[in-house]
Amino acid sequence: MMNQQRREFIKKTAFGVLAGLGAASGLVPAFSLEKTVLPVWDENPVAGKIRWGMLIDTRKCKKDCQLCVSACHHEHNVPHFTTRKDEIKWIWKNSYKNVFPTATDQFVTSEVLNRSFLVLCNHCADAPCTRACPTEATFKRWDGIVAMDYHRCIGCRFCMAACPYGSRSFNWQDPRTAIHDPSLAYPTREQGVVEKCNFCSDRLIKGLQPACLEACPEQVLTFGDLNDPQSDIRMLLETNVTMQRKPELGTKPSVFYII
Amino acid sequence: MIEKALKGNRSYWIWIASLVSLIVAGLSAYSQQRWFGLTVTGMGRDASWGLYIAQFTFLVGVAASAVMVVLPYYLHHRKEFGKTVIIGEFMAVSATMMSMLFIMADLGRPDRLLNIMLYPSPHSMVFWDMLALSGYLFLNIISGWAILGAERKGVPAASWVKPLVYISIPWAFSIHTVTAFLYAGLPGRHLWLTAVLAPRFLASAFAAGTALLILVSLILKRTTGYDSGKEAREKLAVLATYGGIANFFLLGMELFTAFYSNVPAHKESLQYLYFGLDGHAPLVPLMWFSLIIGLGALVILLVPALKKSTTWLIAACIALVLSIWIDKGVGLVIGGFVPSPQMEIFEYMPTSVEVFVALGIWSLGLLILTILLKVAVAVKMEQER
Repeated sequence: MMNQQRREFIKKTAFGVLAGLGAASGLVPAFSLEKTVLPVWDENPVAGKIRWGMLIDTRKCKKDCQLCVSACHHEHNVPHFTTRKDEIKWIWKNSYKNVFPTATDQFVTSEVLNRSFLVLCNHCADAPCTRACPTEATFKRWDGIVAMDYHRCIGCRFCMAACPYGSRSFNWQDPRTAIHDPSLAYPTREQGVVEKCNFCSDRLIKGLQPACLEACPEQVLTFGDLNDPQSDIRMLLETNVTMQRKPELGTKPSVFYII
Repeated sequence: MIEKALKGNRSYWIWIASLVSLIVAGLSAYSQQRWFGLTVTGMGRDASWGLYIAQFTFLVGVAASAVMVVLPYYLHHRKEFGKTVIIGEFMAVSATMMSMLFIMADLGRPDRLLNIMLYPSPHSMVFWDMLALSGYLFLNIISGWAILGAERKGVPAASWVKPLVYISIPWAFSIHTVTAFLYAGLPGRHLWLTAVLAPRFLASAFAAGTALLILVSLILKRTTGYDSGKEAREKLAVLATYGGIANFFLLGMELFTAFYSNVPAHKESLQYLYFGLDGHAPLVPLMWFSLIIGLGALVILLVPALKKSTTWLIAACIALVLSIWIDKGVGLVIGGFVPSPQMEIFEYMPTSVEVFVALGIWSLGLLILTILLKVAVAVKMEQER
């Protein structure tokens, strides 16, 4: 009888200690058993402190190379639909005249006209899509990333009409039927919601660079904090003439191009 | 009062039955859309809105046009509109219901519709549109029903009804203005990015909605013997004419600004709609047809001899409604997506599923209108006897 109670007491205490350790490791990073690197969370998030941006050196981009596109689409479980109207794209290539329709179109060198230009969400500082969204399902994060909450999106596609770059895709049907090689890195989406490039916020939190950048053998892409004057991207912006897509619309894109 | 809608002759019940069967067909089409996703529609990545949003836009206009009878009757005491005002109010109820249903039909996740209210976002025009539309629906159904109920009892309407009617007047302008803001605030969609969009919406609404009201009043006269008055119809025809003239004037402004300034972004969508862009010209005949019948209707309405004849009046009203339905219900939305932000041309064509869902919603709207007007006419005729 006595024994029984003692055993019960030890058991409960042990569970209590374990639970306490568990809670402590969650609250105090030093106690955690498994170390995670959270470079973007090292400090408290301050809205507007960081502004992630990307620079694309189109001179180095090989015309027929699709490595960045397939790396991104694989990593994020972007379905591959063959019909144009069902297409879902996070990053893809298009020609000069399609990407910069309002830039000069007289006497552009044939080499530039033949080049392919990467397009992705611009993560605009003044994004029209987040303004149009009626549920804040798409919103601006503290680090400048225009993010999506797939669980809140009602599928009204207002953001798609608002985006002047065509960066957003809608799940016209169940995307899982068109994911042939699923990845465990990022959840799949459901039918009826909008999605787009997330600037690899899922990788940034693990201290990794965006998947497209990592996949590129030509160092076409530079990623960094536009608010940090010492960052690589700012140095390159300082020393190169760059272009943005449709700057006249006042959206302030965070993706820059060296032509 | 509603029991009055349960008594009707053979043709009344045939009409109800055919509406119900179209609603059922619409529901079955919608169930396909819910199951397989919006891929069963003609919409796609480049033309992300289509028939549904276009119908929504047109119907908000029809709803707003009730003000064309409410304003002269209640603010200017124009007694000749006394028998038309209830038709206008109930048309507004039915049109508002339909426009809200078209939004529902367009959603990818209609089960999350309440998120608009759970996460109210004043920076989004949809939030304001939801407030405007639901408010307008309540204002019209409550005031219309209360006034009709009072009339049945032969007593003056309760004192709280008048303020609702007065509020509904600026509210009518607000619903179509906010609907225009849904479009006009989007950078990069140059067909919509224009300050005259809201005025043009109002003008075309007052033309098409009023013409539709004249037609409904004539149908009621024919089917029930309830005559809301030739004088009222003639006055409404004048209002529709002014609305139509303002609409085509504003369209002319658009065309001048785009083509004289020669700014590519401003021209491209209009070029696609009226002349064809890069060899793509599927809507050109339809847009010119809309323009010609619309202007033709105005000519009929401006010639006194023709206007007096009921046959010509009917022809002009049908032409005006059809013209504006093509302009707003086809051209506006499709044209806005061509060319795409990356200068590509994607041809949108609604599928049969989409057409059946749309027919279903129109039928439901007509069913609501039929029931409301059946009650209204029964009450009014009782009073006359």
